[in-house]
Amino acid sequence: MKSLKALNNPLSTGQKQLDLLHKGTSETYKPPLFVDTIEPTGHFPMKAKGVEVLQINMGKMCNQVCKHCHVDAGPDRQEIMTRATLELCLNVLKNESITTVDLTGGAPEMNPEFRWFVTEASALGKHIIVRCNLTILLANKKYNDLPQFFKQHKVEVVSSLPHFSARRTDAQRGEGVFEKSIKALQMLNAVGYGSGDLLLNLVYNPSGAFLPPAQASLERDFKKKLKDQYGIEFGQLFAITNMPISRYLDYLVASGQYEDYMTQLVDAYNPMAVEHVMCRTTLSVGWDGQLYDCDFNQMLEINCSGTKNKHIADFDLEALENRNILLDQHCYGCTAGAGSSCGGEVV
Amino acid sequence: MSKSYYEPSDLGKFGDIKDFQPELAEKFFGYYNSVFQEGALSEREKSLIALAVAHAVQCPYCIDAYTSTSLEKGSDEEEMMEAIHVAAAIKGGAALVHGVQMMNKAKDMSM
Repeated sequence: MKSLKALNNPLSTGQKQLDLLHKGTSETYKPPLFVDTIEPTGHFPMKAKGVEVLQINMGKMCNQVCKHCHVDAGPDRQEIMTRATLELCLNVLKNESITTVDLTGGAPEMNPEFRWFVTEASALGKHIIVRCNLTILLANKKYNDLPQFFKQHKVEVVSSLPHFSARRTDAQRGEGVFEKSIKALQMLNAVGYGSGDLLLNLVYNPSGAFLPPAQASLERDFKKKLKDQYGIEFGQLFAITNMPISRYLDYLVASGQYEDYMTQLVDAYNPMAVEHVMCRTTLSVGWDGQLYDCDFNQMLEINCSGTKNKHIADFDLEALENRNILLDQHCYGCTAGAGSSCGGEVV
Repeated sequence: MSKSYYEPSDLGKFGDIKDFQPELAEKFFGYYNSVFQEGALSEREKSLIALAVAHAVQCPYCIDAYTSTSLEKGSDEEEMMEAIHVAAAIKGGAALVHGVQMMNKAKDMSM
């Protein structure tokens, strides 16, 4: 399976995705504009509340090609963050108000500067999260010792495991991914992850065109199944809604489920979730240093508002802390049901 | 009048039954919604029971609804098929256990 970009799929560009989100797939279906929907909550224009989390996309290269990937990542993606850009990120991390650095990709571990950067960010006393796809630990010998490296720097590991069944996990993430993911989780458990101070959290996202269930109930099921069948322990399960962008958007359109899914998102709109959406305290950095309100805006190529807030080289904390968040139709994904963020439910 | 007894779009009109009798519909849907909330059984477990019953009563609307709900609540295909086998076993068992009644009657009638 190739990335949308490698296939020259129109949905590999942010503008084409936005066009589709506005025009829909038929003349008869026009969901209400998100900005009109949130206006009664008093959160429009939506303002940032600060910059507490710096989420860095270290590159779009990945050893997997997941069907729902909002990054359109894969082995054929060459975009990777350079050391020079990472140094700019480190400089920004010296701001004390930024407490957490959240490393994502692609597979961030495939960036050759990954270990250097984690070591430097750790020395700054930051809480480090790595969004590890698990199979990377087994993809090459050079990655086998990553659990020990993570432990050394007390990195919080957040890993996708869309289901406790091989069938549903492999259907979304590729043949054989479940078995490798289980082995990787056992490797992480073996060095102490999943209990005590070493945080190992899992991410559930639906492997189909539907919304996630209540997080707490699903977490109980995951814990029991993974413990009973594989002896695996983990901390929390984050239930995340699939955003109607990139590869997941392509799947929705190709399977004729786009309108049904958007209807589900719109019908499940929860004004309580608006207050707690992650973009209000997170700043997303693209592989090339460009700044965005969130990872999803990054993939839609919607830079932060404000003339100075476009690139990490021009980082201005005060300007960013007071910026207006840019919203569009995909934002229904973060306000449906109990809400959704990189840390799961928000209400 | 529809050409078919079952129209998939009718599932979404279930709530319309209140148009002909609002009071009873309101009571039913209130009860229905309460039944499926998290309790001693999880929503996921309840949806699997509903899926099994849907097959036992052979209701296409219910099979559609509770296949979706079971997946949404986090069940997988193996669990869902096992639930249907439970329904099949009870349905089959219910037929077969009446074989005892047949045997009793046959014995009564025979020398």
